[in-house]
Amino acid sequence: MNIEQPYIDLYNQHKKAIEKNSSLVFNGAREKAFIHFKKLGFPTDKMEPYLYTNLRKAFEPDYGLNINALEIPINPYEVFHCSVPGLSAHLYFVVNDQFYSNLTQKSDLPKGVLIGSLKDYAKTHPELVEEYYAKIARTNQDGTVAFNTAFAEDGFFMYVPKGVIIEKPIQLINVMRADVDLLANSRNLIIIEEGAQAKVLLCEHTMDKVTFLCNRVTEVFVAKNAIYEHYKLENTHNKMTHIGSLFIEQQANSSVLVNEITLHNGLTRNNTHIALNGEYAETTICGMAIGDKTQHIDNYSLIEHNNANCKSTELFKYVLDDTARGVFSGKIFVAKDAQKTEAFQTNKNICMTKEARMHTKPQLEIYADDVKCSHGATVGQLDENALFYLRSRGIAEPEARMLLMFAFVDDVIGKITVPALQDNIRMLVEKRFRGELSKCIGCINCS
Amino acid sequence: MLEIKNLHANINGKEILKGINLLVKPGEVHAIMGPNGSGKSTLASVLTGNPAFEVTEGEVSFYGKNLLELLPEERACEGVFLSFQYPVEIPGVSMVNFMRTAVNQQRKYRGLEPMSASDFLKLMREKKEYVELDNKLANRSVNEGFSGGEKKRNEIFQMAMLEPRLSILDETDSGLDIDALRIVANGVNALKSAENSTLVITHYQRLLDYIVPDFVHVLYNGQIVKSAGKELALELEEKGYDWIKKEVGE
Repeated sequence: MNIEQPYIDLYNQHKKAIEKNSSLVFNGAREKAFIHFKKLGFPTDKMEPYLYTNLRKAFEPDYGLNINALEIPINPYEVFHCSVPGLSAHLYFVVNDQFYSNLTQKSDLPKGVLIGSLKDYAKTHPELVEEYYAKIARTNQDGTVAFNTAFAEDGFFMYVPKGVIIEKPIQLINVMRADVDLLANSRNLIIIEEGAQAKVLLCEHTMDKVTFLCNRVTEVFVAKNAIYEHYKLENTHNKMTHIGSLFIEQQANSSVLVNEITLHNGLTRNNTHIALNGEYAETTICGMAIGDKTQHIDNYSLIEHNNANCKSTELFKYVLDDTARGVFSGKIFVAKDAQKTEAFQTNKNICMTKEARMHTKPQLEIYADDVKCSHGATVGQLDENALFYLRSRGIAEPEARMLLMFAFVDDVIGKITVPALQDNIRMLVEKRFRGELSKCIGCINCS
Repeated sequence: MLEIKNLHANINGKEILKGINLLVKPGEVHAIMGPNGSGKSTLASVLTGNPAFEVTEGEVSFYGKNLLELLPEERACEGVFLSFQYPVEIPGVSMVNFMRTAVNQQRKYRGLEPMSASDFLKLMREKKEYVELDNKLANRSVNEGFSGGEKKRNEIFQMAMLEPRLSILDETDSGLDIDALRIVANGVNALKSAENSTLVITHYQRLLDYIVPDFVHVLYNGQIVKSAGKELALELEEKGYDWIKKEVGE
């Protein structure tokens, strides 16, 4: 079946509406992306980066797309009182693919910081947005990125000017809300100027039990000496497919931390591309996934060392139960001139049952001759000796298993630099392992 | 009290214990000695319920309960404690969390309320003194990066925390220098009472200079072939195990 055709028809029929509900900057990239999409189609599991994840099935259902940008009747500020206890954050919402403007919200952001609807900022600050929009998220490589760029109308925008430090984390809650099956192409653009600092926490939630597909593209530009932290927490339901393509470009002496945590989701595909373009740039990318039932989590990452003296550290951990599937493919590319590169990659996995499957593919592609690189992957079960040791002290087996699973992912949680967030993730992970509904405290509707 | 009758056990289909009989009364210290491969550590593993071993015959009763029917954690809650020959490193589980979970699980088993955080920390501080355990170790992951001596001291610290009725010390002296040996032995002696008993498994007489046994048993080829008072340990130290082997007819 040609699953692309209905989407191609949809685009051809509604191109005017899409353009009308978006902005010139988006529209400028649209047509080329559409041509790329027609050529590439959705990825198949015959393609190397998608060998173990069949995304095509996820596009098969007859989804609604909110092309006309009809307002969703919801005030997320009323629904989500506070999702991270003790966390003082600047709170924003994207509902499906639309930025939710809250006119009553008082902003205490530092001067010059712009945060809001990407579509609106593309209209009010077209030069700024155009300089960055769709510049690193290449549409000629991955059909999902081309698809997003062809259909995207809005999303989240953040601009932190030179030297400005935002102390409090920016919390962006992405809510999927619909009465029918829904597909959303949302778009984020984040610009961190020279010497600036910011932390962004993205929370993924679903509000309805329908089938959702969220295909999101996020572009992040981190200039010289800037520091940026990017946390993503997925806590949704089994009928949610999330495709998250994250592109980060780093300049000299910049530092980036990416932490992608999948607590609960149906099908997850994270594409993380980090380009270290300036000397002495550093990046840490880590993540963890907890999967059970038929859940499927795929983290694909590409770290490009394009300049000398950069350092990257990568750590991903999976705990898979029942018949869950996990996929990790991480590629570290070291260009010819990227001497003195340090790149370390680790992927460790636990399969709790014989039916759980983990596919892991660590890759190094090195063209420089003076580098320090390593990669390693393990797939195994809980350590039986450790389990017996704990039980021999009186700890019942289920509790002992819990302790060991929790310990296994603890170093990924430990990478979180915001204490309140770290505590909250620990609590959620523990609840998840205990099989309790991992509702965030204070959130009345984020199961 | 512990009563072992005709205990047989296998690992991977191979019989290691071939009919052990032993009676340990409250307050007694028994030493089990014997050459390598005689089954000493297997006995410790079988008594604590290590699932790698299969009991094929025999009975073990502990204060009237059939120990062999209980899960490892239930045996621990009944008061059986094993000081491991090779304590396991568990990265990511802090000592505090580990001990709090263990103490509270044992309390739950006995129908007691969980211990409050402040009472628990007080107990930890108190019990650390027994083996001069560094404060810093308590905040680290279980046994991770501990030296050989610290690991063994940590075992005795856990024993102090859990106050078992039967402590099995499996080669607690191996890998210890003289000072650490003294600290560990002092800890064990300080925890001794008229109600609890100790089973000391060791190769050497050395440890028994510090922890003085009431009885010494020689385990050889899966059976206890000789039992006597503490003087037997000295005799073994002097003559080795060959004469025992001759005595049993090999």
